[in-house]
Amino acid sequence: MPKITFVDASGESRSVEAQVGATVMETALRNSIPGIEAECGGACACATCHVYVSEAWTEKTGKASQMEEDMLDFAFEVRPNSRLSCQIKVSEELDGLSVTTPAKQG
Amino acid sequence: MSELLSTDVAIIGAGPIGLFAVFELGLLDIKAHLIDILPKAGGQCAELYPEKPIYDIPGFPVINGQDLVDNLRKQIEPFGPKFHLGEMVEGMEVLGAPEHPLFRIATDNDKTIEAKSVFIAAGGGSFQPKKPPIPGLDAYENKSVFYSVRRMEHFKGRRVVIVGGGDSALDWALNLHPVADRITLVHRRDAFRAAPHSVNAMRELVNSGDMEFVLGQVTGVKGDNSQLSALTIRRENGEHYDHPCDDMLPFFGLTMKLGPIANWGINLNENLIPVDTAKFETSVPGIFAIGDINTYPGKLKLILSGFHEATLAAQRAHRYVYPDKKLTFQYTTSSTSLQRKLGVT
Repeated sequence: MPKITFVDASGESRSVEAQVGATVMETALRNSIPGIEAECGGACACATCHVYVSEAWTEKTGKASQMEEDMLDFAFEVRPNSRLSCQIKVSEELDGLSVTTPAKQG
Repeated sequence: MSELLSTDVAIIGAGPIGLFAVFELGLLDIKAHLIDILPKAGGQCAELYPEKPIYDIPGFPVINGQDLVDNLRKQIEPFGPKFHLGEMVEGMEVLGAPEHPLFRIATDNDKTIEAKSVFIAAGGGSFQPKKPPIPGLDAYENKSVFYSVRRMEHFKGRRVVIVGGGDSALDWALNLHPVADRITLVHRRDAFRAAPHSVNAMRELVNSGDMEFVLGQVTGVKGDNSQLSALTIRRENGEHYDHPCDDMLPFFGLTMKLGPIANWGINLNENLIPVDTAKFETSVPGIFAIGDINTYPGKLKLILSGFHEATLAAQRAHRYVYPDKKLTFQYTTSSTSLQRKLGVT
């Protein structure tokens, strides 16, 4: 199973195993990762699962879709590597992915 | 002068569970008023995922959020519920004895509603504006920083910065433009999810020099005594600069917060309201909690579970509304009395 590392705003890191096909947001919730709220439950409708994808992985995770970019307008401190974790699907290719959660979601 | 209204049950929250509670109460001849902070009925279904298909509503292999809300509204039409939308319940007083309580609810729109029972169907809480994590921002709230516009005159002759790229940001940029001294729109990208005609109108004003657009994000506030003097803005190229202004209006959408419910003297457990599973009554007799806001052993936050909770709570609420009447259980398929209430005979 692919491993995903979540780093929180204070720098503390947590690595968990993820199921292929699940989203990074679902993986965070299943493992009680702090800093991901996912208020809307994965509908790309709230921007409370905002993460920064580590630079080494931005190519593999790809770019945000138009709808996701629109929703990122509701996130704070948006950077070029910002994504909504409900829109990143876990694949074998993403084994080792590292994302950082922002200081505040909502 | 505040408006005084009276009803049998006041339902706080007009999401799917609050709406269905009207139906179950209506079958028992109990009248209801619904209060919701959103300007429309439907709660999360209508606000967060109107287009999202739901697969676990019994009898509907698939239905989207808005259709479910529309169907529920149609289903409760025979009972003529009164809606108070765009209003937040701020205060609640319990009057009378525990066996015969009377609840007095105050909304932020100066309405007072008296009811014999209260159903809290507030889901994840009330939708409230998201506040940007800018250090020291809260000191300026309601004086120089606003999350909604209540009085346009306040902005007369002032230098106003509006932050965001959605409909609220664009609408207020355009509406306040004739009133304010100067409007500056700050957004993180040169693309807007707002209605195209608003975006076009904004661009025209920017092109003619009547409005300013800054590509960037606000990172700091400066001022004195709750009055802003400038915002620190980080431009797209990473450079910071100070932008003089009098007011800021950030529009980052809505988030759910428990809000004033926490102050009503009801026992809470981590922002949820514990209830028993026979009546779905809270620690305060006559106040029920149904749907996502309640908690009990085995609780699942599902719409279908909320429907069941609303049904059982309605049965119990009958005692508070009609203390002297005996309640007999009936089916809508066979009871002519229920069918008459539904207007189908």
